[in-house]
Amino acid sequence: MNAELVSELEVPLQRTARARIVAALGPLTAFAGVVWAIVQPYRVTLLHPHGQGFWWLFVEPPLLVIAVGLLFYFFALPGLLEDLEGRHAAAR
Amino acid sequence: MQPPAEHVHWLFATGFLILGLCLLAEAVVGTDVWRRRAWRAYLWPGLAFTLGLFMWPVMVFFTTSTLHMLAHGVWAEVLMLAGAVELALVRGKLQSQWWGLMLSAAFVVSGAAFLVHEQNAWLFQRSAFLHHALGWTMLTAAVFPLARTFRPRSQAAAAGFALTFVLVAVFLYSDRDTAPIFGHLSPQAGAPHR
Repeated sequence: MNAELVSELEVPLQRTARARIVAALGPLTAFAGVVWAIVQPYRVTLLHPHGQGFWWLFVEPPLLVIAVGLLFYFFALPGLLEDLEGRHAAAR
Repeated sequence: MQPPAEHVHWLFATGFLILGLCLLAEAVVGTDVWRRRAWRAYLWPGLAFTLGLFMWPVMVFFTTSTLHMLAHGVWAEVLMLAGAVELALVRGKLQSQWWGLMLSAAFVVSGAAFLVHEQNAWLFQRSAFLHHALGWTMLTAAVFPLARTFRPRSQAAAAGFALTFVLVAVFLYSDRDTAPIFGHLSPQAGAPHR
């Protein structure tokens, strides 16, 4: 096969891989938080809120990890994918 | 209303995790795409500067010895300095690539501060282990900003730099005021928390 054609075929694959990797970051982080909450449920004080102070209810590490993953997925990712696609379109 | 020290560590861990995810995304898509929107370009330096600002009240309210206080003061200074230099680089106020060495210096100073202010052995209790682990992690990871200074487009250096923040977040989330580490807890450390 012509080397020029091979390079043309490889570029979109690489682009797709980048978009997929970056799209997976948020869900993977949130999933890690869910697994953590299941493995160490005592770190989620919402499950046993009686007698807990403000900080124990406000700062719950597994929930914070889930929140970071969701925050990235819903706020940072859409624009990033749009810009990634925009650059690819311009390159074509 | 003052939060326990472990909660402060977990809040900082959240900040570092956000930073790590964003830097990881930048490493994947490339700096030119990441900086297409101004808020993204300023996110990392802005967050680093803000974390440095928040380190001052930590130094004032949560340190129990002179050495501990000095270590947190040093972190506050180097975080703010590194954030300010990165802000100036993104803005174009600083042009020389050698300013990137500031980040490497910040990592070395942070790592040294962790190691110097931990007086106990690795397995004394969990926080002692984490101080040692964080110190050596920061010292070792100083190679990533150093590599980025010389090879700004290196994806490996960018990914290593980002993963350092994710690892620091994991360490900080693991912190407890008094807890065993791998089954070890010195009787001198006090009663373990839940």
